[in-house]
Amino acid sequence: MDRKSVTLFIVGGLIVALGLAFFVAPQASSSPDGLEKVSIDEGFAETAEDHALADGPLADYGVEGVEDEGLSTGLAGIIGVLITFGVGMLLFGLLRVMRARRTPQAARS
Amino acid sequence: MHIPDGFIGPGVSAAAAVVSAGGIAVAVKKTGETLEDKQAPLAGLVAAFVFAVQMLNFPVAAGTSGHLLGGVLAAVLVGPWAGAICITLVLLVQALFFADGGLSALGLNVLNMAIVGAMGGYVVFVATRGVLPKSKPMVVVASAVAAFLSVVMASIAFFVEYALGGVGAVSLSAVFAAMVGTHALIGIGEAIITALTVSAVLAVRPDLVYGARDLMPRLEVRTLQPAAGR
Repeated sequence: MDRKSVTLFIVGGLIVALGLAFFVAPQASSSPDGLEKVSIDEGFAETAEDHALADGPLADYGVEGVEDEGLSTGLAGIIGVLITFGVGMLLFGLLRVMRARRTPQAARS
Repeated sequence: MHIPDGFIGPGVSAAAAVVSAGGIAVAVKKTGETLEDKQAPLAGLVAAFVFAVQMLNFPVAAGTSGHLLGGVLAAVLVGPWAGAICITLVLLVQALFFADGGLSALGLNVLNMAIVGAMGGYVVFVATRGVLPKSKPMVVVASAVAAFLSVVMASIAFFVEYALGGVGAVSLSAVFAAMVGTHALIGIGEAIITALTVSAVLAVRPDLVYGARDLMPRLEVRTLQPAAGR
């Protein structure tokens, strides 16, 4: 169908996701999430181990070296959205190629 | 909802990883067989959108926050198979780049949020739609109901894993009550965000919503088939 308008939709959606990650994520609640809170209240929080990649440059949704906390979160969000989008497009693009390859085979058999 | 390393013992974590790997293998196979041309980029967008919205923790009770899990949202937009892959991709990016969700707990997190959350949530969506009139607003209602229940189901899945392989020695009944109670509240937020997003996409591009394919006018389906098929 109208491929152009699908592209437009994808670009629009990506801008919304980037906007949410950059502008809204820094305002998000910093309280522990449901599971974290339950683990604290019920007394098994201390069994949690440090994350193996806790020293990574984006660990805990912040960019290493960016002092401003809000900016650090927002930039980490943008990087995360772009990584997820890029890998997702690649992955689902490959799956679509798989399907395109399979279709003529199925027609032959 | 992201389980860190250390909450669940290695045996149950490994078993969950095997189940998750099997589920995702099926999802990849099914997606490879059925993914439509226009749905491929949409699936990439859905993954990116879920990543962004998972960062938006909202307060649910004193000192507790929650965020979208996104399983039902992804499944309603791109189908349960591609949807489960979207959530798995988000969990992988979070665990590998953002130190969120333990590496040894990845199988558990995929099981709870992609297999139970997206695939299981989609089963609830289909069942709910079955008892409602066929219309776009009812697609939104069914998405909200399924979104709410998917979070509760994911919290029960965690409880089962904790009961089988939890490392701490604490009261299981208290963990069950706290998990389900807290996540029922988070589920309300999940339902609202899912309903808003699904209705926004339905308003702009209803043809892109996998869970509403049966509502597309028959004439359009007929004209689409030859163009999309070969």
